[in-house]
Amino acid sequence: MNLLLPGMYVSTHSPVHRLDPRVKMTAALLLMVAPFAAPGFPSSVLLAAFVGLIALLSDAPWLALLRTLRTVLWLGCFLFVFYLFTTPGRVLVAWRGISLTAEGLAAGTTQIYRLCLLVVVSSLLTFTTSPAQLTHGLEALLHPLARLGLPVREAAMVLSISLRFVPTLFDQVERLIKAQRSRGAALQSGPPWRRIRSWIPVFVPIFVAAFRRADELAVAMDARGFRGVRQRTHLRRLRLGWRDLFASLIVLGIGVTAFALDRFL
Amino acid sequence: MMIVVDALSHIYAPDTPLARVALRSVTLSISPGERVGVAGPTGSGKSTLIQHLAGLLAPSSGRVLLDGVPASGKGQKSQSRRRQVGIAFQYPEEQVFEQTVGREVAFGPRNLGLDSGEIHERVRWALNLVGLDAPAFLDRSPFTLSGGELRRVSLAGVLALQPAVLILDEPTAGLDPRGRGSLLERIDAWQRETSSTLIVVSHDLAALAQLIDRVVLLRGAEIVADGPSRSVLGDPARLTGAGLEPPLPVALLHQLRTAGWNVATDRFRPAEAAEEIASYLRAGRRQFETRGVPQ
Repeated sequence: MNLLLPGMYVSTHSPVHRLDPRVKMTAALLLMVAPFAAPGFPSSVLLAAFVGLIALLSDAPWLALLRTLRTVLWLGCFLFVFYLFTTPGRVLVAWRGISLTAEGLAAGTTQIYRLCLLVVVSSLLTFTTSPAQLTHGLEALLHPLARLGLPVREAAMVLSISLRFVPTLFDQVERLIKAQRSRGAALQSGPPWRRIRSWIPVFVPIFVAAFRRADELAVAMDARGFRGVRQRTHLRRLRLGWRDLFASLIVLGIGVTAFALDRFL
Repeated sequence: MMIVVDALSHIYAPDTPLARVALRSVTLSISPGERVGVAGPTGSGKSTLIQHLAGLLAPSSGRVLLDGVPASGKGQKSQSRRRQVGIAFQYPEEQVFEQTVGREVAFGPRNLGLDSGEIHERVRWALNLVGLDAPAFLDRSPFTLSGGELRRVSLAGVLALQPAVLILDEPTAGLDPRGRGSLLERIDAWQRETSSTLIVVSHDLAALAQLIDRVVLLRGAEIVADGPSRSVLGDPARLTGAGLEPPLPVALLHQLRTAGWNVATDRFRPAEAAEEIASYLRAGRRQFETRGVPQ
């Protein structure tokens, strides 16, 4: 893999990397919901500072982290402009029936802040947690649903297998693009319908390869005696340690403080 | 086509924790019609180097010039130079996508904008070149072919471009010994006939020795040796230093030499090595006979 994708797992041994995936996922959820539950200015500063601290602690690659924000650039701009002009309130500038309000400015900024926090928190989660850990954590967190008869373990298995093949397929697409381009294929040019046609030399082989790989994997799993996920155990069992307890307390503390700040300040 | 690589460096995923230097200030030039082997252990930068020669990567620093024009440039001139470079990646059969063998081989020529008569001509020519009977194969689906046949079809797809420079990455990987031999022979014949430039990448160059006259040895993103096949492949110390196995004939001659036989060690083709040993033995007998004659 020669490319750093937005949100790709980067293996280091930072304190955040070593946390239990369940703790990280719950904390991430809390931090993503928090700006909606506590929309005030003081709490926003507190939350943003806290997320910044986590980023520092996790050795996250700053440039790559900023680059993940690019994925929501247009959505962010749209939301900002939308709130800027549609929020009623004290008019700052009015021109031909369109009015720009102070409240709109505040609301637009809030939306941008929420969006950025969402993206940064989820990128931090994927930067510091390997796909295997993520699915393991997800499986553990959703375990109660298995009692209701939902195939949680199977779903986690499928998810982990498909995540495992994302980099492989990505590498292959990259190689195919080069191979076909060297045969004179004009990829990504011209109008949309022609553009889709021009990508056939890449899409057909990648589908063929994906099916073949799935087939081979199934045979390999069979050969190793895989019989469904019912009685499967894990080599690395998730265990909560004092670090995890400590981290949970801090996140909880920050959450309560953010909520309290908005209430009483 | 004259290929000039000038202080070329390539860094993958720069400015990230995964940054990796694949080539460090590599300089070499390849004249038209040369037959060059590029060898080196896994991760030595072989594959990155040939992608630069085909203009598929942009240098982090340095330049790659094809007849004086940057290989990866966006301009019309660079594009037309790139079109003269054909590259077959490792396991080229993975790129096959058309419904028939004929259409698959015609993909390249069609992209060159040739007229249909010329395309048809080239498809037949390329298929025959790789040893497939064109009438029998033209309308078959590529996905019904054997592995060896598919490899030939994909190579024909590159040869049909009639490139001035042909780059092959591990062309015989995964083929059985017989298929390997006949493929190498055909590539050899094609090169001699057209006097195109041939660049072959492998970690086992001894097996491809018949195709090349010059070897470029890479290790750890740098060129550690560049010279005639005989001097590079015939030097076991240099090869093991670069993390490669010396060719079997060279290893044998070297052992004989350390055992006291006065043989040259730079014969890397089996037939040459055999000849060297035979001539040593003949000379030895003559010596023995002259010395052994009683006065």
